Amino acid sequence: MAAVRTSSEIGLNRVAIVAVLVVTIIFLAPIYWIASTAFKPRNLATTIPPTVVFQPEISPFVKLFTKRSQMRSPPTPEEYAAAPWWERVVFDGGEKIVRDGKGQVQWSGYPSRFLNSLIIAITSTVLAVGMGTFTAYGFSRFKVKGEADLLFFILSTRMLPPVVVAIPMFLMYRAVGLNDSHIGLIILYTAFNLSFSVWLMKGFMDEIPKEYEEAALVDGYTRMEAFFKIVLPEAATGIAATAVFCFITAWNEYAFALIMTNRRAQTAPPFIPSQVGSGLPDWTVIAAGTFLFLLPVAIFTFLLRNHLLRGMSFGAIRK
Amino acid sequence: MAHIQLKNISKTFGNHTALTGLDLDIADGEFFVLLGETGAGKTTTLRLIAGLEKPSEGQVFIDGVDVADWGAAERDVALVLQQYSLYPRYTVRENLEFPLKPKIRRLPDAEIKDRVDRAARTLRIEHLLDRKTDKLSGGEMQRVSIGRAIVRKPRVFLMDEPLSALDAKLREALRTELKNLQMQLGATFLFVTHDQIEAMSMGDKVGVLNHGRIVQTGTPHEIYNNPRDTYVASFVGSPPMNLIDGKLVNGRAVMAPLNFELPFSGAAKASAATDGRPLVFGIRPEDVYLESGAPVEARVHDVENHGVEKILTLRVGDATLRATVPARTDVAIEQAVRFAWNPDKVVLFDKGSGVSLRHAS
Repeated sequence: MAAVRTSSEIGLNRVAIVAVLVVTIIFLAPIYWIASTAFKPRNLATTIPPTVVFQPEISPFVKLFTKRSQMRSPPTPEEYAAAPWWERVVFDGGEKIVRDGKGQVQWSGYPSRFLNSLIIAITSTVLAVGMGTFTAYGFSRFKVKGEADLLFFILSTRMLPPVVVAIPMFLMYRAVGLNDSHIGLIILYTAFNLSFSVWLMKGFMDEIPKEYEEAALVDGYTRMEAFFKIVLPEAATGIAATAVFCFITAWNEYAFALIMTNRRAQTAPPFIPSQVGSGLPDWTVIAAGTFLFLLPVAIFTFLLRNHLLRGMSFGAIRK
Repeated sequence: MAHIQLKNISKTFGNHTALTGLDLDIADGEFFVLLGETGAGKTTTLRLIAGLEKPSEGQVFIDGVDVADWGAAERDVALVLQQYSLYPRYTVRENLEFPLKPKIRRLPDAEIKDRVDRAARTLRIEHLLDRKTDKLSGGEMQRVSIGRAIVRKPRVFLMDEPLSALDAKLREALRTELKNLQMQLGATFLFVTHDQIEAMSMGDKVGVLNHGRIVQTGTPHEIYNNPRDTYVASFVGSPPMNLIDGKLVNGRAVMAPLNFELPFSGAAKASAATDGRPLVFGIRPEDVYLESGAPVEARVHDVENHGVEKILTLRVGDATLRATVPARTDVAIEQAVRFAWNPDKVVLFDKGSGVSLRHAS
């Protein structure tokens, strides 16, 4: 039987669609701005009003990855003809790519910063979620003395703005030689995310009936086997949701990365704005850097979207 | 197959005492039903035997061996729960295979397949083997969960209200099936329920549990006809036994506040019941009958029609009592009737302690 809908319901539905569209546009506008700027020629990046129709260019990305210098005179036709396509793009902007004595292209700081971001965010996410899952399981399944107090203590690490401890942390890190190191930032981000991970995972663990594991225990499995075979697959949704939150936090973190690192372990967030300072900023390069920086989170979230949807509504739907 | 013994078991959870001084003896191959209200300690008893809880005091013996140091995995028992006992991400087949695959007693693949197929045939769930468990109905799920228990040939089957979540028809069907299965396997079953009909119809022996203590253990017949105290009398039977305050005067039962009298034949048996001692008279509704010449007059307060019989609620003064009468008996509400009881069937309880005089001596 076809559902009968009144005209007012249809009207309401249209209003809802319009509202969703408006919100979507508001959220997508900055992303469009970044993405379009990343493909614009430099002279069109800062026009008022903004240029909407343009010939997309790859030059911002080439510039993003290489070290360049201003040329006093344009390249000779021979030089231009001998250069690969990616170098010609730079020549067109009146710059040339810096090479070392052996003619090797000099990379910009960006690729290593990006790699640092990946290493630090992924490692700290794995650590925070892994430790959080085990801790939450313990709190959820066993009688822990002073459970409420311990959980509150874990949460209390979130109660002051992290920047408050930045200076003492910096001094401590310098004293033990952890500043500007990957390990340093990984420890820091793991510590940030751990309280969050424990609390979130505790919620998910409490949702899993303990009868499942008990059945496995009676069936001849050890507590550890029951955890890996029964609990972990059930908790996958929660783990995915927690991992996305932790990853985003670690990936986007700016303040501590700025204070604790300067070269070796610097992540992308403090690096990208640092490029603004040198002379006349090339906004297309900054936009290209930002655009690439957005991709991992987008991909990660997209891959886990099914889990996330279930994770967001956990507790709301009863079996 | 095994002989289970609990000796002087106590279990406390913080301030809450779940079990006190519990003794239980379940013979090899027996269908033992533990009957009690919610919170009486039935599930705790089961979990103690399964090894999911440790007793605060006392010992658990399986085949004469103290299993205090054995984990759940080593005790080789099977547990069927009311719900949540199937692994949700697995198919029915995977669920049935799961208990056969732990490291400590992993079976060869051919044997696993054979056992799963045999269990599926016994429970008539062969057509469901490749289905995911969330696509099963309640009855099918419960069959699979019983299947998970029987594939293993455990020493004892522990069942925690396995039928309670099912609808009435299915419950009845599975009740018969479970009983048949138990006889077929010759296995020791410990079945926990709050449903006295289940206990009566399935158990070889029934243990009545109240507030963490075993009140009475016996065959369903003993429990029904000779309840140890007023708790058992009022808990077992539907409708329960009528309990009326009164005393014995010259071999006649005199109901104290209401002042009606009924003949009593068991005075010799209950020699301890001296004249005038406050007592509680217990009589099953089916032993109360209506008769025109009977000694006591009552009014019909309510009539429940159950098809083969009617259950009447009779009112005498402020007191009510139930009588089960044949369906053809023609009565109307507020009609005056006369009733009597079968004097041989009356059970006497001490008013103070509630204990049956037959058990007290």
